[in-house]
Amino acid sequence: MASRQASAVVVAGVLLVGSGCSAGAGSGGEDTAMAVGFTAEPASLDFTSNDGAAIPEVLLGNVYEGLVELDADGEIQPALAESWDVSDDRRTYEFTLAPEVTFSNGEPFTADDVVFSVERVRQEWTISVAAAMDVVESVTAESPTEVTVELSEPSNGWLYAMTTRIGAMFSPTGMEDLDTDPVGTGPYTVADWTRGDSITLERRADYWGEEPPTETVEFRYFDDENALSNAMLTGALDVVSNIAAPESLDQFTRDDQYQVIEGTTNGEVVLALNNDREVFADERVRQAIAQAIDRDALLDIVWAGHGEPIGSMVPPTDPWYEDLTDVHPYDPERAEELLEEAGVGDLTLDFPVPNLPYAIDTAQVVKSDLAEVGITAEIEPLEFPAVWLEDVFTGHDFDLSVIAHTEGRDISTFADPEYYWGYDDDELRTLLTEADRSDPDTQADRMGEAAELLAQDVAAVFLYVQPMLIVADESVEGLPDNRVGESFDVTTLTRS
Amino acid sequence: MVTRILRRGLIFVVSLAVASVVVFVFMAVLPGDPAQVALGTNATPEAVRQMRSEYGTDRPLLVQYAEWVGGLVQGDFGRSYVTGAEIGPQILDRFQVTLWLCVTAMGVALAIALPLGAFAAARHRTLGGTVLSGLSQVGVAIPNFLLGILLIMLFAVHLGWFPSGGWTPPAEDPVAFARKLVLPAVSLGLVQGAILTRYVRSAVVDVLREDYVRTARAKGLRPYQALVRHGLRNAAIPVVTVLALQLATLLIGAVVIERVFVIPGLGSLLLDGVGDRDLLLVQGVVMVLALAVLLINFLVDLLYTVVDPRVRTAAP
Repeated sequence: MASRQASAVVVAGVLLVGSGCSAGAGSGGEDTAMAVGFTAEPASLDFTSNDGAAIPEVLLGNVYEGLVELDADGEIQPALAESWDVSDDRRTYEFTLAPEVTFSNGEPFTADDVVFSVERVRQEWTISVAAAMDVVESVTAESPTEVTVELSEPSNGWLYAMTTRIGAMFSPTGMEDLDTDPVGTGPYTVADWTRGDSITLERRADYWGEEPPTETVEFRYFDDENALSNAMLTGALDVVSNIAAPESLDQFTRDDQYQVIEGTTNGEVVLALNNDREVFADERVRQAIAQAIDRDALLDIVWAGHGEPIGSMVPPTDPWYEDLTDVHPYDPERAEELLEEAGVGDLTLDFPVPNLPYAIDTAQVVKSDLAEVGITAEIEPLEFPAVWLEDVFTGHDFDLSVIAHTEGRDISTFADPEYYWGYDDDELRTLLTEADRSDPDTQADRMGEAAELLAQDVAAVFLYVQPMLIVADESVEGLPDNRVGESFDVTTLTRS
Repeated sequence: MVTRILRRGLIFVVSLAVASVVVFVFMAVLPGDPAQVALGTNATPEAVRQMRSEYGTDRPLLVQYAEWVGGLVQGDFGRSYVTGAEIGPQILDRFQVTLWLCVTAMGVALAIALPLGAFAAARHRTLGGTVLSGLSQVGVAIPNFLLGILLIMLFAVHLGWFPSGGWTPPAEDPVAFARKLVLPAVSLGLVQGAILTRYVRSAVVDVLREDYVRTARAKGLRPYQALVRHGLRNAAIPVVTVLALQLATLLIGAVVIERVFVIPGLGSLLLDGVGDRDLLLVQGVVMVLALAVLLINFLVDLLYTVVDPRVRTAAP
């Protein structure tokens, strides 16, 4: 039969195509291409109007640069600004810019571009992180390489925010296709974007600084954690930027072909208590919950022992970090006593949780720890982000919830009584304001005190910092030690 | 015949209108606010309110529906809440990917079903035929996505013959395109092939029993000649119907397979859109899928009219 012959030809063809070129992509003698796998693709490349964390992840530091940047230890370092002076009243910043810097469209980077970029954040940006720029009173170009920024009040938070996307420097002539064709001063440009699949960065020939070792870096996007692991196992990727489920880590740790890099992040996983609820008005109830939870056991179960327990809203990479896990140590007997003293028996709490693997797993352990001391927590998984944001974050309809807070220095959210914590404390606000306005030493002191206050008061139960778990081909070098900024820096990636 | 076509056309248009209402209502009652999702955990209530009025999601539902359908009629799908980009071109782009996947899968299915179905029919009383029928029964029972995962484990991870996923446009690199297409197309096509095999088999068995085939054979034609000259056209009618319906199932199956194989088609677009509450985008994609399915059914009806003279003369 004719169709039988035809099908034989098709099958043969398919097999030929399959076997012909199976010598894999990825590794090779002196190729300088690198493929890095991620789980969330940017919706657009315009972070001035879109809030997604995936945008600065690919663009910041690689395509755009700011005056200052954050190093892996959480310290602010010079970038486009070679140096800066802060006035005694801490309101005036004088930046000296690196000379000979150009944008990828060939335009020189000057003080006028700084003025343009900073003013634009205040006037045009629609995303809420832009509010950190509100404190700027004026920005003036003194010369092509000198810029003065006047703040309406002293703010350390402002300089820190300048390390994030809001500090990215734009060229007035590079704004036409912000959402697809970004123009920055960084060492890479966006060469190609296949939506739903990958973004390819290509090295610039005219970069002002030190040329990065790798010529093209492909950011590849996978909705599914299994698909991501499979791509790594089949050699289609050189690096997996983050493993979100520790059970998929095993297959890589067992194999010498791969390296696993563990660091920390800014993602504090917090058991949020709705402080507006009457039951939490009694401090002893909050303390009981804190003391009922065994953080170490929790990390063993949820993250196979990776990650770091925390006792307050400060990740270990912040300069004022202090181990506060012992403020309310694990002590289920004490927890039961506290509940008894508070006169609370048979407590039942609503526990809506985002349907993210770490959040569900964490919630399960919390639930069983709480059950040990006689508290019933009723877990309700909510679709994230849409439903969780609506019910819990905006609607404040919860007793307990669990989620990672990934913004840098987000301890300040406790100063806002409208935030979903429902936490309202003048002393904390005073401490945070003082910290923001003072010199670095005093700042560290006040931040430390604020962190301790939150821990003592059990404003929430601070559980752990999410681990950064990078898997890479054993030949890859230059991977980050920690993920503390918004960027996945590929400028140092190389192969041995 | 003309009234028949007109009548079918009317049914097509009405179904499409009903689909638009259903899609719109479903998205309207879905919990979660697009403005809230877009603004994330830093959002202030004012910012959310402002975003809502920018999107127009704070207007009455009837107004929103009228505006949406008004746009659709003119081929305007509106703009994405998340990216601000035109939805129409984006859907067109993704639809091509899904179409490649479905057409290739259909090719795989036909390549399996035609020879195997005919073989099973010719030998339907023998052991070989029975075994084939049994195998196709197993094939029918396997879900696409499970087959996809199994194929990835075997041919991508273990043997390394094919990539585990991803997509390259054919114009960019035909070889990479073909290699990435094989596993997803087989995952989709194998199951469809198993289903089709059964239909081809029974269609051919039926035709072989018809009087005219017997007559033709009595006139001295050999079995396959009789089948080709007199039977194929008749056997084709039920097969074409099933084929068209399967194409509709394929489109839906592709939604899942695209997820498994990380293919940027309509399915991935749809699921991302749902997650982001990009309502207009989701509505647009679902309408395109609905349009495709209804159009296929409509065309099958027309084809019937052309292929089968009995339908042409029968009451509409």
